[in-house]
Amino acid sequence: MTNERSHIISAVVLHRPGVLQRVAGLFTRRGFNIDAITVGPSEKEGIARMTIISRGDEKVLEQITKQLNKLIEVIKVRDLDPPSTVLRELCLIKTHAPHEKARSEIIQYANIFRGRIIDVSPDNLTIEITGAPDKIDALIDLLRSFGIQEIARTGPTAITRGAKTI
Amino acid sequence: MKGSRAIIQSLTDQGVDVVFGYPGGVLLPLYDEIYDSDLRHILVRHEQCAAHAADGYARASGKVGVCIGTSGPGATNLITGIATAYMDSSPVVALAGQVASHLIGNDAFQEVDTLGITMPITKHSYQPMDPAEIPPMIKSAFYIASTGRPGPVVLDLPKDVQEAELEYPQNIIIDLPGYKPTKKGHPLQVKRAADVIFKAKKPVILAGGGVILSASSEEIFKLSELLGAPVTTTLMGKGCFPEDNSLSLGMLGMHGRKVSNFLVDDCDCLIAVGCRFSDRTTGDVSKFASKAKIIHIDVDPAEIGKNVPVDVPIVGDAKIILAHLIRVISQMEGTQKKNWTQHVKEFRKSCIPRLSFNDVPLKPQQVIKEISEAVTDDTILTTDVGQNQMWMAHYFTSRNPRKFISSGGLGTMGFGFPAAMGAKVALPEEDVVAVCGDGGFLMVCQDLATIKEYDIPVVVCVLDNRYLGMVAQWQKLFYEERISHTKLGEVPDFVKLAEAFGVNAYRVEKPGEMKETLREALKSGEPGLIDVIIDPDEILPMVPPGCGLTEIVGEYKIERDVPGEIPYQPSAAEEGGD
Repeated sequence: MTNERSHIISAVVLHRPGVLQRVAGLFTRRGFNIDAITVGPSEKEGIARMTIISRGDEKVLEQITKQLNKLIEVIKVRDLDPPSTVLRELCLIKTHAPHEKARSEIIQYANIFRGRIIDVSPDNLTIEITGAPDKIDALIDLLRSFGIQEIARTGPTAITRGAKTI
Repeated sequence: MKGSRAIIQSLTDQGVDVVFGYPGGVLLPLYDEIYDSDLRHILVRHEQCAAHAADGYARASGKVGVCIGTSGPGATNLITGIATAYMDSSPVVALAGQVASHLIGNDAFQEVDTLGITMPITKHSYQPMDPAEIPPMIKSAFYIASTGRPGPVVLDLPKDVQEAELEYPQNIIIDLPGYKPTKKGHPLQVKRAADVIFKAKKPVILAGGGVILSASSEEIFKLSELLGAPVTTTLMGKGCFPEDNSLSLGMLGMHGRKVSNFLVDDCDCLIAVGCRFSDRTTGDVSKFASKAKIIHIDVDPAEIGKNVPVDVPIVGDAKIILAHLIRVISQMEGTQKKNWTQHVKEFRKSCIPRLSFNDVPLKPQQVIKEISEAVTDDTILTTDVGQNQMWMAHYFTSRNPRKFISSGGLGTMGFGFPAAMGAKVALPEEDVVAVCGDGGFLMVCQDLATIKEYDIPVVVCVLDNRYLGMVAQWQKLFYEERISHTKLGEVPDFVKLAEAFGVNAYRVEKPGEMKETLREALKSGEPGLIDVIIDPDEILPMVPPGCGLTEIVGEYKIERDVPGEIPYQPSAAEEGGD
């Protein structure tokens, strides 16, 4: 039973103070792995959606979903099936761009990756990019040679494809 | 009305008539309301005892127990009791004072993050920041604590919220969209379980604390009769099946009865109800019931497959599921396992643990035998943690649910005495006896003041061997007899200690004295303490950690002439290895 893989867990929770602490605390206490967690308001007033990226085998995942479900403020939990899930992350990258050549190269790369330049200063460019985490990783790799100064990533958020909701 | 008044009103609405507590600065508004209220408040002498007493109250009565502590150290002193209740799924509501809301986060005097600290050890917690939240939060707290898999709920009450005004609602509406405990078992799963049971030749029923919490002792009895299947219990399940029944195997596990451990190892179908397969119950998981198909009935889906892989899980209320299962099985022909039943009865008879010893200092087996003879089926017995607990679990014959109360999961020393206090407050008509070790009792002995002041006539039996016996036992067995800091020394004199609190005190040293003294203490109707001088060298056979359940070390002393008396034999002849 070593079919450990990354899982996308989507949880619908009450939007109350402390709920993130309860979820994060549960992961720590039970020794579950947590790669990323995002949370924000959902389509319903007072309800938030949380996306958690976690690694583990089937048994661990079963425990994660069951333990999450036990939290009083958690309404629904689903382990999303990657092929039928849209996963996106937002990333902001501040990079050195000291001369015209570097600047135009960076802008080209950003365009190829459907990123946008959102801030410019004499020596820097800041790029905004959204996409699946591996696409963001690829752009970051390309930009390394220019000297990346700062990266801010949101962590992935996800939603099911098609008409299905959780 | 004021927030503090609303707290009392909400508690009263929930049927609370007694609380165990200890006041403090931020609780002044609440205690000022208690002054005028009909609520019975019992002032304990340490908040930990308030939490344990509320827990004992809950376990004895099945109702929610309530404890109160102030902010900061008051709240942290409640923690051990809350964690104990959490591990054993006991319905407790703990009210903690909190500094005024504008001070929260400022490291104010007696401020601690009670919500943060208690999050991993509670079923849920609340902190009203608006007094209007008090009634729905308290109602929700009681609902959550007492339904599904029960557990403790904490309410953190800022001082200013207790003082602020609100209009008490006529109808208190609670909305818990994320909390819907499953009750009925899935019919297909029940059918699958019935098929497995039907095909089995050697079924064993394993009953845990969930059987007591769901009041399904009767269903367990019926199932056992229907199949001719023996019943073993976890520590928490002790008492749910009459242990003098010829199909009762007693407790299972590390300190379990030989017959339990061997038959669970041998069985081909284990029907586990309301238990969580703790490491103390299973021993080495890979060897646990390895020939058996396991059916697991539990109200908490997260317990299914957590520790032991199961073949047929059924989630829901044990009482409903067992009744359903019995209905389905009753319609099948030939579910009686006559050969197995016969084998079980014979094997059981061949290894009944020996209880009678004439030795001085007293053998704990003899003490427990005399306790059994001094009490009735209605007497509530609580234990502390350690050897006293395992001796009681192993040797004491329980016949009814909610009459054997012990800290199972957390293994909390200092639990037995305050839990007995809570049980006695819950059921004042019943005799309540706490069986403690000298180490654990000393952790909570200050509450002798409480039982004296409030005239709560529990009898505490201190099994006095001047050792932290269980740890010393492990040092003897697994650490080359290096007795590191488990010898307690000469003080205190427990008789004088009890007398200092004005509590009747007795000392027991010889066979025969325990029974008489306990009877006398119970008959007096007053609080009492019996200092029982026992043999410090007596150990209970056990399964070493990491071993399978049949790998018992230490001599398992057996009653040779069932049921006659054993003639006196020098104890030296009885000592020895496995």
